[in-house]
Amino acid sequence: MATQPVLRGRSADITAAGVPAGRIYVWEIPVRLTHWVNALSIVMLSFTGYYIARPYLAISPQETYSHFFMGYIRFTHFLFGYIFLASLILRTYWAFVGNQWASWRALIPFVTPEGRGLFRQSVEFYFFARREPPVVLGHNALAGFTYAIIVTLYFIQVFTGFALLGLSDPGGFWHTMTGWVFSLVHMQWIRVIHHVVMWLLIAFALQHIYVAFLIDAEESNGLISSILTGYKFIVPERHKHTDLHAPAQAEHGPDNVTAQLTTATATQPSDPRSPSA
Amino acid sequence: MSLTVERNPSESLARALLSQGVSRRDFMKFCTAMTAVLALPVRYTPRIAQALETAVRPPVIWLNFQDCAGNSESFLRANHPTVSELVLDILSIDYQEVIMAAAGHYAEENRLNTMREYKGKYIVVVEGAIPLADDGIYCVIGGHTAIDILKETAKDAAAVITAGTCSAYGGIPAAAPNPTGAVGVRDVLNNVPLINMPGCPMNVQNLTALIVHYMTFNSLPAVDHEGRPLFAYGSRIHDDCERRAHFDAGQFVEEWGDEAHRKGWCLYKMGCKGPQTAHNCSMVRWNDGMSWPVGAGHGCVGCSEPHFWDTMGGLYERLPHVQLPVGAEVTASQLGAGIVGLAAAGIATHAVASGIRAKLDPIDREVTKVEEKMP
Ligand code: HEM
Ligand code: HEM
Ligand code: SF4
Repeated sequence: MATQPVLRGRSADITAAGVPAGRIYVWEIPVRLTHWVNALSIVMLSFTGYYIARPYLAISPQETYSHFFMGYIRFTHFLFGYIFLASLILRTYWAFVGNQWASWRALIPFVTPEGRGLFRQSVEFYFFARREPPVVLGHNALAGFTYAIIVTLYFIQVFTGFALLGLSDPGGFWHTMTGWVFSLVHMQWIRVIHHVVMWLLIAFALQHIYVAFLIDAEESNGLISSILTGYKFIVPERHKHTDLHAPAQAEHGPDNVTAQLTTATATQPSDPRSPSA
Repeated sequence: MSLTVERNPSESLARALLSQGVSRRDFMKFCTAMTAVLALPVRYTPRIAQALETAVRPPVIWLNFQDCAGNSESFLRANHPTVSELVLDILSIDYQEVIMAAAGHYAEENRLNTMREYKGKYIVVVEGAIPLADDGIYCVIGGHTAIDILKETAKDAAAVITAGTCSAYGGIPAAAPNPTGAVGVRDVLNNVPLINMPGCPMNVQNLTALIVHYMTFNSLPAVDHEGRPLFAYGSRIHDDCERRAHFDAGQFVEEWGDEAHRKGWCLYKMGCKGPQTAHNCSMVRWNDGMSWPVGAGHGCVGCSEPHFWDTMGGLYERLPHVQLPVGAEVTASQLGAGIVGLAAAGIATHAVASGIRAKLDPIDREVTKVEEKMP
């Protein structure tokens, strides 16, 4: 299939035309690990959370002591709540020490002119005003900004979740950490927020998976496999309408593929398959 | 003066009880019960007994503002007098609009006399919300607005106790749209020790325990961030509920009067606010420990929580409705389903449009040629 990455196994390279091509290590292990832990947690938390909100399964009318269904559901919810929290802590740490694509800067594309340009191009692409998506190695600018919103929702969800958990143990650790919020926002609205954010995250997951397939197909960059293996691909032939020679300016902004690639190869010497200088 | 309730604050409680025919045994039982309500170790019982025997009854001024007198009712209900009711009866209640015999300016004089005589020592109990809108004219007693009376009376009080949700947080008078601008005592008073005893009505058992605590330790009990005594509001109804085993099992009442309801299963799906409500109803219960709402088969309505009418107002639904700017009210789930539906519709539209574009403006597939060229 044409959508298969064609340069599998070859290292990133700059073609004769000066266009980068090949295979680049983009997503480091913590990024991929936390991505899938988050995805699993959100699926589990949504199923169990929905049951907590509306216990729709009828339990057989046997003796009560032989059942603990809601108990197990809540236990699972809280367990994945803690797993989700741990994963967020790791990812937040990595946003400060990881590579340029893992950096928190990727979440705010607006700060650089290149970021703004790429953001505009992405919007144009999704609204059919542009035939090809902008070429980027990390998140595309629109996705980066979407993730900024999603990460905010993650934190809201974790905070409201642990605040609700704190209610069952007044004076305990979580209640001490989060109890103050109830004087600002009534507990019932905290519940509504916790509830609605679940739906927002589900809506995000739907469009996110759709877009992952879409961009993978349009760009042939191995996007989907990238979040498993860490590698992305640049297929120059897919970007002949794109100006890949735009001058690289910012140090951090994923502005121009050549610049990104230079940094990528420079910062990945430990990868045996990466092009050594 | 002589028209009012008999008052002799120097008489000790124990003596007053004896003169009312309460036996020593009943008195000790009462002290034990109070130790339990206050969540104190049992070794405190003798200490409480000793304090009650010797302590002087604190004079009390009971102010009624925007209220239904439900807390006064709770305070006075005496189908069969118990020790705790006697304790309250013989509190030196110097001013209580619902029960005092004095009227007009005689009554107001009583209040002022107590404030003068026991400056810094009397307790003020407030029942009802305080309206602030239009200079407080929505509650005027003897020509003075509620807010003025409250400020004047509370100024030299040893402590202010709010009896019931309205005086604690504004309660039902403060429910949206709150035409009288009603607020709770905590919104207008500072610099006075304040204890909140919310509830609709507050449980008289807890008020008794609070006063016993005050007489025993000469201090007010520990409170939470809402100013409520921890002994009464330190845990959620849901966490001490007799139906909790059914909640954990996943056994819920689905409809009033169904088999689950007859069996006493959990009322969560019928909108029970037990998980939202900090109170000791399930343990202390009401009417001399006879029963309580959830015990009687109706979900908790969260009456002792701030903003209870506005946020727990859907008495039979777990979550409040979200008010959209366009005026429609929706539940959290309807809103969520809408969000997901919009996302799905957006995706479907984009997918169809992409398919059409692929037909009209195909990307050239030179890429495959590259693949073929590869070794
Ligand atoms: C079939 C399932 C999924 C696939 C194929 C997938 C794919 C990807 C890919 C390729 C990326 C990185 C590329 C980019 O910047 O756009 C990514 C990032 C991300 N995904 Fe997913 N994803 C899936 C499920 C989910 C789910 C269920 C969630 C959560 C609701 C999620 C949340 C995120 C987030 C927050 C990021 C940003 C990652 C970061 O920078 O740490 N993903 N996903
Ligand atoms: C993406 C993550 C999450 C989702 C989708 C989610 C979803 C939900 C939903 C839908 C409810 C029911 C709300 C209601 O109707 O009252 C709920 C309840 C709850 N969630 Fe979460 N939740 C998430 C994360 C967390 C986290 C991180 C914690 C922290 C431990 C947590 C703790 C709780 C608690 C304590 C409740 C209330 C349980 C009860 O009242 O029995 N949640 N969650
Ligand atoms: S009846 Fe109410 S308070 Fe009791 S367990 Fe069920 S939800 Fe909790």
